[in-house]
Parts: sequence; C-alpha cells; structure tokens
Amino acid sequence: MTVTHVQRDPATLTMIVRAEFDADVARVWQLWADPRKLERWWGPPTYPATVRQHDLSPGGAVNYFMTGPQGEKHHGWWRVLEVAPPQLLVVEDGFADEHGAPNMAMPTTRARFELTPRDGGGTHVTITSTFQSIEQMEQLLAMGMEEGLKAAMGQMDALLAG
Amino acid sequence: MVVDQLTPDQADRVFHALADRTRRDIVRRVLGGEASVSALGRQYPMSLTAVQKHVAVLELAGLVTKTRRGREQIVRADLDPVRRATALLDQFEALWRARMDRMGDLLAEPEQGATK
Repeated sequence: MTVTHVQRDPATLTMIVRAEFDADVARVWQLWADPRKLERWWGPPTYPATVRQHDLSPGGAVNYFMTGPQGEKHHGWWRVLEVAPPQLLVVEDGFADEHGAPNMAMPTTRARFELTPRDGGGTHVTITSTFQSIEQMEQLLAMGMEEGLKAAMGQMDALLAG
Repeated sequence: MVVDQLTPDQADRVFHALADRTRRDIVRRVLGGEASVSALGRQYPMSLTAVQKHVAVLELAGLVTKTRRGREQIVRADLDPVRRATALLDQFEALWRARMDRMGDLLAEPEQGATK
C-alpha cells in the first residue's frame, strides 16, 4: 500500500487521501463489502470494531461498535447514500446510542470511497471525508476517534524516545 | 473562513510544525484546554528540553502561545479557524493513513479459497 496523494482543504473542511494497492478492484471492494474485513480495518487494534448490521444497498445501514481498552463501547452507524459496486460507496457516518439507534444530536461525517483500476493491475482508492464544522471535528477527535490516533502516536513516541 | 489569510511562509511553518506527531499531540491537548510545559513534558517519553523545543516550533508557527504564570510556563492554543481546521484535518489524515495501512495488511494476507 502506498499513499499517493493527500489534500486537506481547511476552507471546505474536506480531506482527500488517495492510495494504491496491488490487489484488484474486486478484492479491494471486499474490504467494505465483507463485514468481517471491514471490522479489521475500521478500528485500530486497541479499539476493534464489531459490525452488527451490514447492508450496503442504497439507503441501507451499517451498525457497528468499537470496544476500547477498558471495555467501553462506542456505537456508530453508516447510512448508504450512494453505492455502485465495486467502484463507489458514499456513506453518512454518525454516532449511535448503546442500542445502535442513530444519535442525531451528534454531528455526522460524509465519507466517499472510490475504487478505480490501476493501469497494469491494482487499485487506486480515494477516500474523501467532509466534515460539517470545526467544532464537529474537535468533537469527533475527542470521542473515540482520538483513541486510535493515540495508539498510532504511541508507536511514534517510542521511536522518538530511541 | 479565508484560506489565503496565511502567507506561503506562514503556511510552511504551520505545515512543518504539524508534520510531527508529538507536536500534533501537543496541539490537540491544548485545544482541549491550557497545559503547563512541565505537565506536557510528563506526557511524552522524552526529555523536558525536547518537549520545550517542540513547543517553541509550535509557537513560531503561531499555533500556540506561551505565558509565564509563577514558576510555570502555560501553553495555550492560538488558532484562527484556518489553522484549527488544518490541525484537525491533519489528525484525520493520520487516522486514514492508519486505516489504509490496515487495509494493505489485510490485502496482503493469502486469499481464502471459499468464503463462509
């Protein structure tokens, strides 16, 4: 996997990350289409995801929770806004209560996943995240999402200490 | 929110400052509320001098301010909306890079013959 492009636009609160994989589009699509695969990359090892409901048809829902190091659970949901297997998935991603019911008082993020074949084999993956406000981004980082970053940063701290 | 508030030089300093994970972590901590340099120093497995250097880089980029209160140096976030947004987007970038890494690891696993 190689990240080939990153674009951050503070004016529109949009982030684009593009990467390429050697696997073909059909196989990469399974990272979203297969809930067991999805839960292995969505959360970091310290905050694994468990997908309880998974329907990637238009208007379909994905319900998941992430389990923290102390056993605490953060529930989340996706709503499928647009889907064209195996190339395109657009979802709204938000927080849910402990029963998996969407918490509409909390902000949502729009995520667009686009898979295109790479010349000579492999796949380009483009992920576009659009946020609603700076406050929302701070809230997201303060809740749960931060934990994954901490784990990633812990590894960097160890390197810096060496 | 106006992006071209930052001159190219300022933008360079902001991006340089945020290119380091420890510095991003410091920014995130002080976004949540002020912190003393010594308290920040206890958060990282490095010398207090190293943490002070990180804070100085952030100060130069205009991302934090440092004021003296008694014997303590207090660090606060000093971010206009553009810089706050940039700092936050940077953290989401780190999150997605980590996810992409995990995707790569999954795809590198041998393919299973039959799916359940």
